[in-house]
Amino acid sequence: MAEYLTKSAARNIFYGGTIFFLVLFTILTLHSHYYIQNVSTDASTLTESVARGKHVWERNSCINCHTLLGEGAYFAPELGNVWVRYGGRESAEGARMGLKAWMRAQPTGVPGRRQMPQFNLTEQELDDLIDFLEWTSRIDTLGWPPNDAG
Amino acid sequence: MKYHTQALAYPYFIAALALFLVQVLAGVLAGTVYVFPNFLSETVPFHIIRMIHTNALLVWLLLGYFGASYFLIPEECERDIHSPKLAWLQLGLFVFAALAAVVSYLFGIHEGREFLEQPLWVKILMAIAFIVFIYNITLTVLKGRKTVVSIVLLLGLWGALLFFLFAFYNPDNLALDKLYWWWVVHVWVEGVWELIMAAMLAFLLIKLTGVDREIIEKWLYVIVGFSLFSGLLGTGHHYYWIGTPQYWHWIGALFSILEVVPFFAMVLWAFYLVYQSGREHPNKAAMLWSLGCPVMAFFGAGVLGLLHSFPSINFYTHGTQLTAAHGHLAFYGAYVMLNLAFFTYALPALRKLQPYNQVMNMWSFWLMTGSMTIMTFTLAFAGVLQTHLQRVLAMGFMEIQSQIELFYWFRLGSGLFFLIGAILYLYSALGSVREQAAVARRS
Repeated sequence: MAEYLTKSAARNIFYGGTIFFLVLFTILTLHSHYYIQNVSTDASTLTESVARGKHVWERNSCINCHTLLGEGAYFAPELGNVWVRYGGRESAEGARMGLKAWMRAQPTGVPGRRQMPQFNLTEQELDDLIDFLEWTSRIDTLGWPPNDAG
Repeated sequence: MKYHTQALAYPYFIAALALFLVQVLAGVLAGTVYVFPNFLSETVPFHIIRMIHTNALLVWLLLGYFGASYFLIPEECERDIHSPKLAWLQLGLFVFAALAAVVSYLFGIHEGREFLEQPLWVKILMAIAFIVFIYNITLTVLKGRKTVVSIVLLLGLWGALLFFLFAFYNPDNLALDKLYWWWVVHVWVEGVWELIMAAMLAFLLIKLTGVDREIIEKWLYVIVGFSLFSGLLGTGHHYYWIGTPQYWHWIGALFSILEVVPFFAMVLWAFYLVYQSGREHPNKAAMLWSLGCPVMAFFGAGVLGLLHSFPSINFYTHGTQLTAAHGHLAFYGAYVMLNLAFFTYALPALRKLQPYNQVMNMWSFWLMTGSMTIMTFTLAFAGVLQTHLQRVLAMGFMEIQSQIELFYWFRLGSGLFFLIGAILYLYSALGSVREQAAVARRS
């Protein structure tokens, strides 16, 4: 094996390089943090109900069937743009009613079709969750997903 | 086994293998729900099964690393583990936390960020157990001989602990949440865990091939260097579509290419060393796993990961069954096989036997590796088709799922074969001894 690379040289490259890339990664992450807060997401509309809705989303572990901005379980549809898919941009009230009706009707019990459980959300929780999904649909994701199908 | 505290590894390995079985059973159940969607849908819905599947995986892999550390560190440092009592305390805490998580999931009590669903007090308990472990291991290393293997392992374990702390930060802004969530998830599996992997493989190669430690350790530094240089900024390939700036597109693509390098280097390293030594180690099964691990990691984590890491491709494939295909082979190749290799090597010493049940063990290798490969192929085909129908033709999600159902049948079939392989491994590792390798006359 190569003689020109000694063990101590390899060690120094490892430590030096790791510190370099860790610092770079940290700086870029901090910049992305700033970018998210000021450019790509709408901090002014991140209301308390959006924050509560995020906890409804988490408490019911929605991510372990659905995906949200492409991350999650691939068992059920993408929900990052569900607001758009339900026509929320044209008729906010219609989309809200449609989403509520859908969640209340679960499980469908249709044989051979994937079942969504009944989570028994209150009216308030449903509204918060929908606020969260509406807010999520307005994150600047550089055009992803390619179409309304998610 | 030269040091009696190495025996601490044994209960860790047993706990790890028990959770491995839980993981695979949950996987088979989830695969069954894919083809019989009404199965268990009211009692244990899919999201609960999946949480058990993924969480059991993470916990048993960690238990494997803990046990491997207790086995490996005394030999490397030439002294006993600092405190066996703390090691037992840590095991108790960790297993209790894992069982508490599973039980609370069954009752629908959990948090909701993927892979970090453990209730807060369970997370805290796990962090405490991890800190106890780090304290115990660090003191042992500091007091003993310092080798590159033990230092790299220690760095990997410290990194795993420190980056886990981001699990406690959950901002209300979803994009920020995702930004830091990857600091746990990506930096673990494509960063610091690779240090643990390389160190454990290095130890196995030193023991199995008898090649000079100097050579193995020099290349260990090169490999883990590549892992972190590429892996840290490689996080960029998760920052394409979640509200992060566009510069991550080229950073992510560039460093994703580099992420393949350490995996390929590990393949060359392992095969070159085995070729160099020309020695036949009596534990043939351990050798098979130790060579299989870098190969499958290279294909699963390296190549399959790279294929959909370019922004122009990932725009269409992101969050489809392709991700599931890559995830399965990557975890199996890199980390499951690593642990199974280590157990296969260490268990004869822990049970005070010559290498045993080797034929059965090697059968389990081919059964699990073969069925996981087939599962990956079927999910990859499903993913490509899904990508085309959903992302190009804009067909609805549920309609597509019924079109690709045949692939889910194949996946369930390969899952069942994997289960058989896993049971065979468990029996060959922990069950009664049916055959022992002839004691090598020369040694």
